[in-house]
Amino acid sequence: MRIEVVDVGKQFGKFTALTDVSLEVAEGSLTALLGPSGSGKSTLLRIIAGLETPDSGHVLTDGLDVTRARPQDRGIGFVFQHYAAFNHMSVRENVAFGLRIRKLPKPEVQARVDELLKLVGLTAWSGQRPAQLSGGQRQRMALARALAVEPRVLLLDEPFGALDAKVRAELRQWLRRLHDEQGVTTVLVTHDQEEAMEVADTIAVMHEGRIEQTGAPRDVYDRPATDFVMGFLGPAVRVDGQLVRPHDLRLALEPEDHALEAMVTRVVHLGFEVRVELELADGRTARAQLTRGEANQLELSDGDIVYVRPPVATGAELTA
Amino acid sequence: MRVSRPATLSLRAVGLLYLAGLLLLPVGVVLVRTFDHGLGQAWGWMTTPAAISALWLTIAIAAIAVPLNTIFGVGCSLVLVRGRARGRAILDSLIDLPFVVSPVIVGLALILVYGQDGWFGNWFLNNGIRIIYAPAGIVIATVFVSLPFVVREVAPILMEVGEEQEEAAATLGASGWQTFWRVTLPSIRWGVAYGVVLTTARALGEIGAVLVVSSNVAGSTLTLPLLVYQRDSQLGPQAITGAYAAATELIVLSLAVLLLMTLLGSRREVTK
Amino acid sequence: MSSSSSYAAPRAPAGWRARVRVPRGTLSLGVATLYMSVIVLIPLAAVVEKAVAQGPGAFFDSVTASGAVSALVITLVASLVVAAIGAVMGTLVAWILARDKFPGQRLVNSLIDLPFALPTIVAGLTLIALYGPRSPFGLHLAYARAGVLLALLFVTLPFVVRAVQPVLIELDPEAEEAAASLGASNATIFRRIVLPSLRPAIASGAALAFARAVGEFGALVLIAGKVQIASIVIFADIESDATQAAASLSVVLLVISLIVLVLLRWPGARNAR
Repeated sequence: MRIEVVDVGKQFGKFTALTDVSLEVAEGSLTALLGPSGSGKSTLLRIIAGLETPDSGHVLTDGLDVTRARPQDRGIGFVFQHYAAFNHMSVRENVAFGLRIRKLPKPEVQARVDELLKLVGLTAWSGQRPAQLSGGQRQRMALARALAVEPRVLLLDEPFGALDAKVRAELRQWLRRLHDEQGVTTVLVTHDQEEAMEVADTIAVMHEGRIEQTGAPRDVYDRPATDFVMGFLGPAVRVDGQLVRPHDLRLALEPEDHALEAMVTRVVHLGFEVRVELELADGRTARAQLTRGEANQLELSDGDIVYVRPPVATGAELTA
Repeated sequence: MRVSRPATLSLRAVGLLYLAGLLLLPVGVVLVRTFDHGLGQAWGWMTTPAAISALWLTIAIAAIAVPLNTIFGVGCSLVLVRGRARGRAILDSLIDLPFVVSPVIVGLALILVYGQDGWFGNWFLNNGIRIIYAPAGIVIATVFVSLPFVVREVAPILMEVGEEQEEAAATLGASGWQTFWRVTLPSIRWGVAYGVVLTTARALGEIGAVLVVSSNVAGSTLTLPLLVYQRDSQLGPQAITGAYAAATELIVLSLAVLLLMTLLGSRREVTK
Repeated sequence: MSSSSSYAAPRAPAGWRARVRVPRGTLSLGVATLYMSVIVLIPLAAVVEKAVAQGPGAFFDSVTASGAVSALVITLVASLVVAAIGAVMGTLVAWILARDKFPGQRLVNSLIDLPFALPTIVAGLTLIALYGPRSPFGLHLAYARAGVLLALLFVTLPFVVRAVQPVLIELDPEAEEAAASLGASNATIFRRIVLPSLRPAIASGAALAFARAVGEFGALVLIAGKVQIASIVIFADIESDATQAAASLSVVLLVISLIVLVLLRWPGARNAR
């Protein structure tokens, strides 16, 4: 399903959640809505789902205007951050729910549920209640439940936000693999830039109710359109009027043009790379990332004074 | 806080003595008094035609009032918690009124509306509908006093469970009615059950309003609580055993209610 | 799995629901309000109307008649005393249920709800059985007032206990442990750490107990005798067809109850967002 969001605006009382938001989601892609809390990404997702109605603008699926359509009529699958499991039903009954609603014949429902439980690895748990499952298992059940009705788009609202780091990492990869196999158009809301970069084909970076930039992960990271995007996608420090990434900072032992004076507060050896934590003259802290070779050359220790500048070529890249 | 042994024991003693004296002893005395003149007499009092019809009437009236207030209670909770209409806060405050209005005032109010020369009383009487001094009046009074219980039990649970399950059901294609039956109702069922039990207890025990709107005629307007009152205060001193007997019947009903309250009370805890 | 075969085909909505944007639940709110009006609001309005129909002068006269005034005073004083005793004893009972452990505790916990489950007329009967003229203890209550207090304490017992109990259970023991480690005695800990946390619950429980006591009828109608409780006076007025007097006194009681209701809700609406 192709999705187009056109000039959508939404307010909750005095709070403006979205302003003039437009987005195109290509058929079969995996798009991430990335941003901090309050950026409007969940609201946008819920408007696409039909769980909220925009104050202005339109939502189109495959060219059809569904702005006022109910969630039931949009052919979507939705996965919630806190699973929204039907606690009084077993895992099997949860997954079967959408199929039972459509009054499909029992054998067909049975077969489809078995297929899905196998897909998400919960076959052994089919008779259990959600309360007896771990968070990761519950979310996989929720995914199976959403996929059961063969949605044309899968919408996920911070699906891994309530899980611990290891489970999050596993499920993230698992989701990407699932998308590659099944090919369903997917929109994912997340505040974790690493997650977005790892999983998505396209990232829409949102800030205070607007989309600041849309593009492939690489583009958004290397060619950020605004300071916010740059700062959100990764660490950055302002040197000589530009925002520079830690691994782009050049350190020198002698003063140079366009270089700021800084004191080394800590040198952390992370195996293959070395992180140098710095305090600038105006009190700001910054981080530089060096290779082992570079670090050995400089022989830095705590308290040393160094001179920090952006790489020469960066200026041209940034303004492109 | 680590309380010393003597202090713990004294607190326990004071508390338990207070409860025993206030709760257990009086109830115990009624049970004993019922059988003062033997089992036969007590049984006799419980099986007079008036007593039997009083028991059935009391149960029948509860059987009407409780379902009405349950449907209202569930619907009203949904409106208050899931709805977005304006004016919900006002309705919310008004629901507590039956908790604080004295039952005699309820009785007076009904007479002023449905009685002769009341607001609508003459209309009803002219159409052959008797409300005051008839069972209908007792039903309305009972509905009034037992109105808030289901709402106040179900609404907090609805708030705590949250809307996500219902939203999930919608995204899976369920209509409003399907979502209610398959997702919402199961999530509130223990709250509804507990609320029903409380409503039933209140309905069975109503006396103040009923005393005002009833004609005390056995078979049509004499409820069991009224029978207790009648036997204690209106009939002669020999009927006092009869009052105790009827009270014992009510105590048995109450203990059954109390048992249900205890069993369902712990099930009310919401599991997420 | 191809995304072209789908069980769920999207379609645009039809009908008036697509065009009219009314907040969700408006119709249901209307129905609920209608039910409330018919059952509760209209009858109460009739009472107010009866009280003032003959003009404010008549209302004032009824309310300031000596019988009415003394009934109100007795009722208010009794209810305040009961609320106060209930606050103390209720907190004590809540304490032994929440913080203590003894055999039969669960049974005792269930019994707290007995006044909720028991018809008030039976409560009245039980109390005169025990403490009235035919008492087995020969405790002939010369003071019917004491009987009234006991009856009211019975029916209001659960209010404070059930309000305080959950708060006591939820209390973080760390605050008390910190105070103990700083050298505070148990009495001090209770007074300065525990009690302040309990105060809102005790207050709301006592307020509910007060509101209930003011209007109590069934538990008192057999005991009251010489004691003129407001609800008994209203009943007598109704029986003797003095409906205007009954309505006037009722209005005063209603106002008192409403004030308590408002005070209780002030922290915020309970169920509607």
